[in-house]
This record gives sequence, C-alpha cells and structure tokens, in this order.
Amino acid sequence: MTSLAVAEQEAETRAWRGRVGLIGLIMAEISLFGVFVVAYLFYMGKSLNGPYPKDVLDLPVLATVCLLSSSIFVALGARALPRGDVRWAGIWLFVTALLGTIFLASTAKEWYRLIYREGLTIGTNLFGTTYYPLVGLHATHVIIGLCMLGLCCVFAWWGALRPVHGERVELVSWYWHFVDAVWVVVFTVVYVIGR
Amino acid sequence: MSVLAPTTTSPEAAGNRRALVEQLHDWVVTVDHKRLGIMYVVTGLVFFVIAGAEATAMRVQLAWPGLHVVAPETFNRLFTMHGTTMIFLVGIPIVFGFGNYLVPLMIGARDLAFPRLNAFGFWVLLFGGLLLHFSVVGGDGLYGAGSAPAVGWFAYAPLTGRAFTPGNATDYWNLAILVTGVGTIATAVNLVATTLTMRGPGMTLGRMPIFVWVMLTVSGMTLVILSPLSAAQIMLALDRYLGAHFFDTQAGGSAVMWQHFFWFFGHPEVYILMLPGFGFVSEIIPVFSRKVIFGYATIVAATVSIGLVSLSVWAHHMFAVGMGAPLNSFFALSTMLISVPTGIKIFNWLATMYGGRLQFKTPLLFCCAFLFQFLCAGLTGVMLAVAPFDWQLTDSYFVVAHFHFVLVGSLLFTIFAAMYYWFPKVTGRMLSERLGRWHFWLLVIGFNLTFITMHVPGILGMPRRIYTYQADRGWEIWNLVTTLGVPLQLIAVLIFVVNVVLSLRRGTLAGDDPWDAWTLEWATTSPPPSYNFDAIPVTTSRRPLWDLKHPDDLDGPHE
Repeated sequence: MTSLAVAEQEAETRAWRGRVGLIGLIMAEISLFGVFVVAYLFYMGKSLNGPYPKDVLDLPVLATVCLLSSSIFVALGARALPRGDVRWAGIWLFVTALLGTIFLASTAKEWYRLIYREGLTIGTNLFGTTYYPLVGLHATHVIIGLCMLGLCCVFAWWGALRPVHGERVELVSWYWHFVDAVWVVVFTVVYVIGR
Repeated sequence: MSVLAPTTTSPEAAGNRRALVEQLHDWVVTVDHKRLGIMYVVTGLVFFVIAGAEATAMRVQLAWPGLHVVAPETFNRLFTMHGTTMIFLVGIPIVFGFGNYLVPLMIGARDLAFPRLNAFGFWVLLFGGLLLHFSVVGGDGLYGAGSAPAVGWFAYAPLTGRAFTPGNATDYWNLAILVTGVGTIATAVNLVATTLTMRGPGMTLGRMPIFVWVMLTVSGMTLVILSPLSAAQIMLALDRYLGAHFFDTQAGGSAVMWQHFFWFFGHPEVYILMLPGFGFVSEIIPVFSRKVIFGYATIVAATVSIGLVSLSVWAHHMFAVGMGAPLNSFFALSTMLISVPTGIKIFNWLATMYGGRLQFKTPLLFCCAFLFQFLCAGLTGVMLAVAPFDWQLTDSYFVVAHFHFVLVGSLLFTIFAAMYYWFPKVTGRMLSERLGRWHFWLLVIGFNLTFITMHVPGILGMPRRIYTYQADRGWEIWNLVTTLGVPLQLIAVLIFVVNVVLSLRRGTLAGDDPWDAWTLEWATTSPPPSYNFDAIPVTTSRRPLWDLKHPDDLDGPHE
C-alpha cells in the first residue's frame, strides 16, 4: 500500500471511530429519555389535583416547526464544509443555532406561563413531576447542542473552521438530528397523547 | 521490572530510579489503556478489601444469636455499603479494567478509540467511589441523622424518601452511583468504538477472541441499561430536593416504578459482571487444555443471546410485589430461557477440556472450581425463577447464598483465574504457583463452607438484612459454620496479596508468552510497550499467535 492510501485509510478509520462513538452515546441517551417517557406515560392521568395538561398546555407549533426545520439547515452546513464552502457552512450552522434558540425561548416562555400564571411547578402534581423533567431534559440537550453549534459558528467567523473539520461538524449534525428526533417523541407524548 | 516501571525512560533519568512524585504524575496524566486498565483493577481490589471487611463485620455479628458486635443502624449501613461497593466499585472496575487492558492488545490495536475519554471514565469512577465513602464522615446532613447510606444497595422507595431517610446519606449513595455510571458509560462507548473500528489487519469479527466478543456485548448492554438507572436516580434526586412525586405514594407516585427502573438496570448488570467472567474462562480453559475452544460460534451466539434476553428478565426480582399472574409467568419463563444459553456454555467448556492435555496450573484450577460453583449458582437461579418457590424464599438467606454463588463462587473465581493468567503479561513476572495453590484451596474450602451452608438458614426462614435473631429458630449452627468459612477466605485473599507483592519483586521472569498461548496479547513483550506492537501482526485465524508460531500448520483450513 502506498503511504497515501494508508493515510486515507487511517482518516476513514478515524471518521468511523467518531461515528460509532457518537452512536453509542446516542443509544445511552435513548434509554435515558426512554425512562422519562415511560414515567410520563405511566403517570399520565394519575394527578390527584390540577392543573391538568388539557387545561394548561398549548401546542407549541412555532417552536416545533423551528426545531424540526433546523435539521435541514444543519445538514446543509455539514455538507457544505467538506466541499470547502466554509462561508456557507458557517451561515447554515448559524441559521440552525438561531432556530434552536427560538425553540428554547419558546420553551422558556411556556415554563414562565405555567409556573407564574397557571401555578404548575414540579411539586404541584404528577403532571408537573413528569412534565418538567421530560421537557427539561430535552431542553438541556438543546442547550448542549446550541453550545456546540455556537462554537462551530464562532470558529467559522474566525476562519478557524476548515474543510478538514468536516467529520467533526458531521457529528455535531448527527447529535442535532437526534435532539430533533427526541422532540418528535416528546411532542407526541406530551402534547398529543398526554393532552 | 515492576508495574510501576515507567514505559518510557528519558535519557537523563536512565539508570537511576525516578522520583516517586514524577512516577505518580505519570500515572495521573496517563491516557494509556494499559495503565488505566491496571488502575481500574487496583481500584477494584482496594474497594474489594473495604467491602470484604464490611462483610466480615456482618458475619461476626450474625455468628451467634443475640450478639451486639455492631449496632442495628450500623448493620444497615454495612450491608448497604457492602453491596453498593461490591457491585459498582469492585465488579465494574475490575471487569472493565481487564477489558481496557486486553481488548486493544487482543485485536491488534495501539490504544482505545478515545484515550482521553478513557482516562475521564476512570477518574470519574474513582471520584464516585470516594464520594460514596466520604458519606461515612460527611453524610450527617442538616438533621445529623445517618452517616453512611443505610437503604440497601437497591435503595427501594419509599424508604429513600426525604421523610424516611433525612440527612444526606441517601444523596451520597444517589449521586456517587450516578457519577460512577457516567464513567462506566464513557468506557462502554470507548470499547464499542474500539472493537468495531480499530481491529488490526485480518482480525474479522469472526476471528475475535471470545473475551473481545464478550466485552463488545457487555459494553452494548451497558449503553442500554445503565442510563435508565441514571434516569431513576435523577428522579430520586428531584423527589428529594425539588419536591417531585415520582416515588411518593401519597401524591399518587409509585414505589414499584423505582423497582422496575432499578431492576431493569440491576439484572442485566449481573450479566455485565458475569459475562466477562465467561470470557476469562473461554480464554483460559483452551490454553490449559491445549485445545481450541469447542464451538466458538455457539459461545459467541450464546453470549449475544444472554445479552439480549437479559433485558427482559428484570421483574423476577419482584415476584413478591404482586404483579399478577401474566407478568409473573412472563418473567419466570424468560428467566428460565436465559439459563439455556448459559447451560450451553458450560457444555462448551467441558467439551473443550474433554480429551485435552490438561495442565492444572492455578488459572485452570480456578476455572474448574468456577464450573462446579457456577453450576450450583445456575441451579438455584432456576429454582428462584419459579415464582411460587420465590414467594416462599424471597428476601431470605437462600437468595443471598444464590447470588453470592454467582458473584463470588463464579465471578470472583474467574477474576482470580484471570489475575494468575494475565499477571505475567502485565508485570513481566509470574505469580508463585505454590502460593497460588494455597490461595486456591483455602478459597474453595472457605467459600463453600460459607455459602453452601448459607442456603440452609434461608430455607429455614431466616430473612436477609436482620442484624440478629433469636436462639430458638434452629439457625444458630448454620450461621456459625457460615461465619467460620470467613477466616479461611480472608487468609486466602491475604495469600494472594502476599503473592502479588513477592512476585512483583522476585517472581520468575515470564518472557513474552509463558503459557504458550494463542491470542495477540502474548505476541508482544511483557509488559507491552506503550505502543503495544512494533508491527501489528496479521491475523489469519482465530489463533493468530499459533499461526505465527506454526507457519507449517495454520489454523485457518481447520475452521
């Protein structure tokens, strides 16, 4: 094998190393979320007192549209980078982060309304007990994703992001897709079935 | 050359021993999978001594009716710390430590996929362990109640509620185990990525040593089952500190949910500990029988199916809860089902030994004892899988004897077999066979004296977790004999420690391949250099080192 071929093979192995590692992490995260989802479903309708989900929860349509569509932009960004299109990669990642921030703001607004206007806290009833940890766990993951996206944007701004970093940005995009997919489950459980 | 010998020596330090501080610094900053593996195992052994001392104190207290060696509250703390430490800080670090050390060597890799993540995993686990033990002095909390946690290793709700265990002791248990869980998940991610992406040339999945298959299975299971425990512990922390009601039955919460979450982790965890034991045995028995392993594919298939089926057996810990006939039947059947692949393995090991030229060195002795004791452990396991039988004996000393047959009689024996087998590779020196035999026989006699006997008071109705009992129950003599086995086991472990210390100083030099073995870790020097292999050997069969040693009689055509 020529040294070039060896180097190429090593780069390929390294890329898969990261991917398999991230898939492992995502598996662990899935069962983490799984338990909170099971707890939500198990305790659904067992609150001894109000407020109940059907009285206080609104469908977060805008937030959902923002978060789900952000998956498209992160994919565009992750694809632009290995092509050498650092400028557009930065722009797409910035759009992703922006949409994620809108989602987070919407969650914050909902929590503010629930806590201060509806008087629902984690200790009010079983709905509060299961709702805040599940949605909060997802929001925590959004925040982690936003930190990583934000770093990518800053690096792109500084010109430190280069096409060789493609596989790392790809992993960030995988993580972001996972956060989106979890929202589909959380949305279905909390806002569709649970309401 | 000791384990502490630096793997690289700078020119100016050559010839004279480097300062202790500098050596320690090397160990603290290392990202080498071999050093981290050694640190995992040493950490496990240190906690093993602590948890063993706790067990000894409990056995002394129970030796005769009405003794007052320890107070009732202390007894609760002892069994909680003993169980928690043995599972999370002895079993996990030792099996993952061996995985850390051996997997890259066995597959022909230079390190794990993420060396720094590996170091993170180890240190987080160590600090989790220290946090748990800090509770002994720091667990008083606001109310001055409690010191070490006293809620049992599975910390059932509602006992863990703030109303029933005030103070911070339970929170130490909760957070410490949460933290060690993070470290274990990091290591599991690492082992999966390493096994799947970093195998050397020719090392296909079908040629991997069985121990590597086992660690792959175990790491995959860890990813699926450890985070549910973390989730449940987050819920418990929310219950205790933010007033949530997950396990608070007065507000509609469910204490049984904790049991489900805990055992969904807790039972596969037993297999996470036990499967690596099977892996050790599957590596050691063929070498000392001078035969290839019988039914490689069957053992791998059985390993993976144990991993999968173990995800659906957890509620056999909960037959007495009142789940109803359908659930009880399901979990009874799935539990019996899992004994099938396990039984297959026993036949595989026996068939490997059958007709072999057996060399009864210490590792094989431990493996033989394992075969007998694991069979007993499995049989009482199938007995307890029968739900009505379990109703009779649940929470009795029969159950305690059963799982000690699994974790001591099987896991600990395989770990000692592995210690004797791989010690030459790790340190470059052999452990003494003579002391090894003393260690083995004392441990076998002591173990069986303690734990065969322990079944009987269980059948006679002695519940677990009682700190003393009345004299008229007919349990006295059995408890006395159970306790009499303890000193034999203590001496056995002491002999092992002496053996390690003496052999490190003046054991026979091992050379690269003292057992004439077949897997790749023996193809490099003992101890291996930090980069593991000068040139990574090419694998052409399941016994790559055999092929290298016997180029005229390759294994490949016979597979």
